[in-house]
Amino acid sequence: MTKEIRRIITEYGRLSVDITALPVDADLYQAGMTSHASIDVMLALEDHFDVEFPDGMLTRSAFESITAIEAALLKLRAEAAVR
Amino acid sequence: MPGVRPASPDQTALLCALLERGLLIDSGVPGVYGRGADFEAVRESVAELVTRAVAPERPERMCFPPVMPRRHLETIDYLKSFPHLAASIFAFTGSEAQATEQHERASRHEDWSEFQGMTDLVLTPAACYPVYPAIAARGELPPGGVTVDAGGAYVFRREPSSDPARMQMFHQRELVRIGEPGVVEGWREEWRDRAVELLSALGLEVRFDVASDPFFGRSGRMLAVSQREQQLKFEVVTQIAGPEPTAVASFNYHQNHFAAAHRIELASGGEAHTACLGFGLERITIALLRTHGFDIDTWPAEVRERLSI
Repeated sequence: MTKEIRRIITEYGRLSVDITALPVDADLYQAGMTSHASIDVMLALEDHFDVEFPDGMLTRSAFESITAIEAALLKLRAEAAVR
Repeated sequence: MPGVRPASPDQTALLCALLERGLLIDSGVPGVYGRGADFEAVRESVAELVTRAVAPERPERMCFPPVMPRRHLETIDYLKSFPHLAASIFAFTGSEAQATEQHERASRHEDWSEFQGMTDLVLTPAACYPVYPAIAARGELPPGGVTVDAGGAYVFRREPSSDPARMQMFHQRELVRIGEPGVVEGWREEWRDRAVELLSALGLEVRFDVASDPFFGRSGRMLAVSQREQQLKFEVVTQIAGPEPTAVASFNYHQNHFAAAHRIELASGGEAHTACLGFGLERITIALLRTHGFDIDTWPAEVRERLSI
């Protein structure tokens, strides 16, 4: 999953640094991701993983690092499995 | 066509009162009004008050018409953030036969849009938007950046409403600061207090609030949350009518959004930041009429003096 998240961020995050050198807990906003770019990342994640982030998860912090994004996706999957 | 945004009973009553007294003039379209003499006298005085307040900063004055190049709106992603508020200008291009057909349909008030084609113009949605490409076209910023007094142009937002404080076309009295990030942020902080003082001195009960823009859709909700978390937008609000207070001035810190889109660069080579401060002249005028009464001759002497009316 981390690999797929990295690929989506590379394509949509418009970072000012090379993502391959970025640790999973690095702050993506510090790495140059704008609010508008984070929306593109969010929509691409939804498309790729076939999920929909509920309003409560549409926060800045949910998309601030690869770790945070992975945690959000895992949470969504776990909730979907329970239903 | 979007529906008319519902107004509360006191908002509708306020609109009726403003129309009855000739302060506003009905056009038949919600949110589009003529302005009577007294309304204009107050509105122009408030604009002048802002001019005097910013004068010590020796801003560069720039005035633009209420239309702007479509390309500029496209460059700043406006249609991604606010597709519901944007309006573009279409015009006729066709043959004589088509012109006749268009006229015939129009005289029956039927749909004649098929004869209209998109032009290179849009209605300006914010008075500061034409400033950024104009500054960018000059090349790198002078040391210290620039402060621009963008005047009080008409702007357009497509949100029909019977709330007189939510017009489709209104005057935004805008000031813009472009420069180093710290300088721009400091300027906005300073003006936040000055704007509250300026409006309080007119007898308005105002307070300051952290706010967000009405971004479109689900992604817009995330943009709004992010804008609030970073405190990128402040508003000065006052009670006019309706359940919520109304914003009469707003302070927006765009970070590098406009500078990156238009490639505005600092003298030192880095990317500039921008911020703007906009006073909603019609809203302030309505708030003053609501507070001091519809007859401006009976307003408190100190308010009249301050506004020179």
